[in-house]
Amino acid sequence: MIPAGFSYVRAGSVQEALAELSRHGGAARLLAGGHSLLPAMKLRRAEPGVLVDIGRLRELSYVRRDGDQVAVGALTSHRILERDPVVAEHVPLLAAAARRIGDPQVRNRGTIGGSLAHADPAADLAAAVLALDGVLVARGPAGVREIPAGEFFTGPRQSALAADELLTEIRLPAAGGLAYAFEKFSRRALDWAVVGVAVQSRPGGRTAVALIGMGPTPLRAVAVEEALAAGTPAAEAKSLAARGCEPPDNAVASSSYRAHLAEVLVGRALAL
Amino acid sequence: MRVEITVNGQPHSREVEPRQLLVHFLRDTLSLTGTHVGCDTSSCGACTVMLDGAAVKSCTVLAAQADGCSVTTVEGLGGPDGLSPVQEGFRQCHGLQCGFCTPGMVMAATALLTERPDPSEQEIRDGLKGNMCRCTGYQMIVESVQWAAANGGAR
Amino acid sequence: MIGSAVPRKEDAALLTGRGTFVDDIHRPGLLHMVYVHSGEAHALITRIDADAARALPGVVGVWTAKDFAELPARPSVPGLERSYLAGDKVHYVGEPVAVVVATDRYLAADAARAVRVEYEPLPVMATVADALAPDAVPIFAPLESNLALEQQVTPHDVADELDASPHRLRARLVNQRCAGAPLEPYGVLADWTGAGPTIWATVQAPHRVRAEIAERFGLARHLVRVIAPDVGGAFGVKSSFMPELFLAPELSRRLSRPVKFVETRGEHMVHTYHGRDQIQEVEVGFDDEGTILALDVTLTVNTGGVPDPVGIALATLTSYMLGGCYRIPKIAARFRSVVTNTTPTASYRGAGRPEASFLIERVVDLVARRLGKDPADVRRVNLVQPGEMPYQTPFEGIVYDEADYPAALDLLLSRLDYAGLREEQERRRADPGAKLLGVGLSTFVEMGGFGPTPLFEQFGYIGGWESANVRLQPDGSAIILVGTAPHGQGHQTALAQIAADELGVPFDAISVLYGDTAVVQEGIGTMGSRGMPVAGNAVRQAAADVAAKARLIAAHMLEAEGDDLVRVDAGFQVKGVPTAEVSLAAVAERSFKPHLLPAGTGLGLECTSYYEPSNLSYPSGAHGCVVEIDRDTGHVHVLRYVCVDDCGTVINPMTARGQIHGGVAQGIAQALYEKVSFDADGRPLAASLEDYMVPGMLDLPSYETHHIETKSSFNPLGAKGLGEAGATAAPQAVVNAVVDALAHLGVRDVEMPCTPERVWKAMHHAS
Repeated sequence: MIPAGFSYVRAGSVQEALAELSRHGGAARLLAGGHSLLPAMKLRRAEPGVLVDIGRLRELSYVRRDGDQVAVGALTSHRILERDPVVAEHVPLLAAAARRIGDPQVRNRGTIGGSLAHADPAADLAAAVLALDGVLVARGPAGVREIPAGEFFTGPRQSALAADELLTEIRLPAAGGLAYAFEKFSRRALDWAVVGVAVQSRPGGRTAVALIGMGPTPLRAVAVEEALAAGTPAAEAKSLAARGCEPPDNAVASSSYRAHLAEVLVGRALAL
Repeated sequence: MRVEITVNGQPHSREVEPRQLLVHFLRDTLSLTGTHVGCDTSSCGACTVMLDGAAVKSCTVLAAQADGCSVTTVEGLGGPDGLSPVQEGFRQCHGLQCGFCTPGMVMAATALLTERPDPSEQEIRDGLKGNMCRCTGYQMIVESVQWAAANGGAR
Repeated sequence: MIGSAVPRKEDAALLTGRGTFVDDIHRPGLLHMVYVHSGEAHALITRIDADAARALPGVVGVWTAKDFAELPARPSVPGLERSYLAGDKVHYVGEPVAVVVATDRYLAADAARAVRVEYEPLPVMATVADALAPDAVPIFAPLESNLALEQQVTPHDVADELDASPHRLRARLVNQRCAGAPLEPYGVLADWTGAGPTIWATVQAPHRVRAEIAERFGLARHLVRVIAPDVGGAFGVKSSFMPELFLAPELSRRLSRPVKFVETRGEHMVHTYHGRDQIQEVEVGFDDEGTILALDVTLTVNTGGVPDPVGIALATLTSYMLGGCYRIPKIAARFRSVVTNTTPTASYRGAGRPEASFLIERVVDLVARRLGKDPADVRRVNLVQPGEMPYQTPFEGIVYDEADYPAALDLLLSRLDYAGLREEQERRRADPGAKLLGVGLSTFVEMGGFGPTPLFEQFGYIGGWESANVRLQPDGSAIILVGTAPHGQGHQTALAQIAADELGVPFDAISVLYGDTAVVQEGIGTMGSRGMPVAGNAVRQAAADVAAKARLIAAHMLEAEGDDLVRVDAGFQVKGVPTAEVSLAAVAERSFKPHLLPAGTGLGLECTSYYEPSNLSYPSGAHGCVVEIDRDTGHVHVLRYVCVDDCGTVINPMTARGQIHGGVAQGIAQALYEKVSFDADGRPLAASLEDYMVPGMLDLPSYETHHIETKSSFNPLGAKGLGEAGATAAPQAVVNAVVDALAHLGVRDVEMPCTPERVWKAMHHAS
């Protein structure tokens, strides 16, 4: 499987990358780790005319404590998320999700920004960032804007990111010491989630619950969260896991089985 | 475009198409055919090489992305004195049958042992889960990696 | 050396990236060939427009079916001739429609996408039910319906025996379609130089391929050279006669340049033929003890869109093995092979026998369940006893060789701690927090050592024998040429072990070569678990003849009689006279000195032997699987997998273990993970390794392997073969375990693959 031809530009800075995006209009795509884009290009599901390689922008690979937040550079690899001490201390949910992505080779190349920008409805990191109430920082010709994770995913592999914008950072409220859980059910160990659940306790006792594989986008299990907030025991609240969801019905799993899995996984995640 | 890639210690400067995959750069441009292609979807791991020390699937990396980097392929393990401990482990424990997945498996196992010199069975299975083998059923691969861990590790 | 676990001769090259697979081979001026495949399952081709493709850089040409009209059809069922490319219509998604040749693989891929094919859709029949419906239109033109073959295997029925049985039950079992999915897809490189082509190809039977190519091109066979280099797994799927085997040499001839074709994985999943895909309707009669009195079986095979000559008849082998390792007095069997709008099916590891073993082992469990008896006990009352061997089955010519089936079952039960597992199962059933435990048994027998010539001729081979040439070099080392074409089995190693014992030549001083028709005398190939039972005996015989001649020369050198010599490490010694000794190297060198040889002795130490087996061999054993099932998700985890195998003489315990492991892994994969499926429009749902569930490291268990070694009297080596045993034994061991875990819920069957969703639904929908 061979990608269609394209021209290749290596960006030396964020500015340069943005300039290239602007110059080529919709024809250009950003290349980070390439583990979402290149497979799509090899299958010729994507045929961008220009690839703007931002993989060398080391300034976008970092994890920093920033007040009561953790700032993660968009080009931080899954492998770094797995091991970074700041992540482990303050947003361990992110590490738990990163650890479940693909395999070591994929985690060496894949980046958090690439994964989120690709907006796969079953992406592990999306669940974690949603449950952590992350904010995605995008830069474009008009400057910087912040997009709450809850508004970022707009459809299957569609996001609020404009074609000329670049994701630079993910900001996550520090949640050190608070309970969290990541549960993923996949057919083989290597596979994408059939259904996955990220749970994050918040200061003040609220609990966020995010689901993947349960609709056209990663989403929050609002009914469960509200029930928990109203004092419903977890063992009951889990039954609301699929409420409002429209899980896909396909060769991987039926929608009814996904709905059942969501309930089981939410129950397990909340029990932790 | 021109890329400069050091492969198994040898610098190479070549003109490539931007779309050329690293695996084809190794196989077709440099004639290093030890690295194999088993799928199109980054699933099988037969194309695993080390890129700046990290195991990657070279079917999902452009040669352009490896420009200025250092690549180790299966041909770069061991040497005139013989097999590396991982290679020898696969031989001693019959960790290969047809041998097609083997170069990728050996590279992934070498990367694993670099990080975890004494892995448990579960850690071996977790560390090699991105590499498919259709012949062995995996158990003798696990034993091969255990042999290597006990006999010199990732060298 | 026989019986010793030596590391393989094959490994050093493969481990260092110095193996030679087809895609590793480069020839000056090499061109790349790719297909344009049909994206429609059933449609008329109304137009093919290749102008845009031809205009692309590097494109040498684009060809369609009409361009190969002069080439005689591929090996086919007589009357059902198969073309190389789809002509007026396409029969399945993935059928090749056009072929493109360009100067490199990237440009060829671009060009293939630029070929425009227009279709007029026809009704799609993706299942046998659709294809056999009263209003179904015939898919494959020479046939007037989609029933390609209907065969009554046994002339009689068993209606009377079933009527007379105290109990009877019916079952409908499905053995789903699987893909061999070797890690190396199919590949061919053809270079037609001078009078004929040289073809490097990922095949299992190079001499047969040579014969078929020679016939199509009207060439004498000596002008065609077929080389199977390192082959990256095959599992039967590289034994089909794919169009590229003929198109690559034909295009090389036309273009006067070498032409290479290598499948992509996505292409492999729809283009290379699949296996299994059998619906089994069975009725069984039995008594209060579970003794099976009669079995009635109708098999329906999905042959896919273009019937393959092997695939269409594989259910014959299923029929022959329906009785399993049980004494079943009356069996009636018939099968139908049905054309559908799917990729054709043919051989896949076990090729027809795993389907039989699955059927009878599921039936025995159903009988046990009906009677409320333990499945082990029902097996025991039905097993053929060691004293009855060789055992004549109800099928003429199907005679099992020596084995002790009850001993294999007993060993398995003790290794499993069967009684302990049953207690644990009860304990867990009573504890709602515990995962459910299930134990599945599979006492199996299958066919190995294919096969006597009259049987193998039916599959298009010149014979069922195998050949070996053993040749001592002047320094006493040996080169062996063998007619097999292994692809992971380790023949360089195992055959050298056999020869080392016969010749007295050290293992390290023996090289085994194969897979090149210009080098190796006529051979058959590697399939049907025939390596050791057939080729092993050919090597043994040839080596023995060479050793006998060496003894004569040694006797002459030592001025003794041949009978007075004994073998010592270095060579030969006159019995009781340690000083009267000659090394094998000296004997070998002497064999090339005509003036120093005994009168009438021919030059050299070399012998070619062809070994024809007297019958098939019958590898057997007892496998057991322990699973635990997550009550909430239906996920099945294999806790233990225990194998007791009887493959007769074990040549190399280490490679034998590898063969068992690999076969079992594929069997577990069929039971729990893999299925090639299509949607109602015939579009494949598993066209990549993301969608086709080849299991990975974390998805498969460790295996416990044990052997019972009952030598077969059917061949001098006593070997039975074991390449297919694991794949034959495992699916039903796993399914029986899954069903066993859920039995208390009323579950009687779970269709393969037993995915979590299927298991969960079975738990919740059982009556």
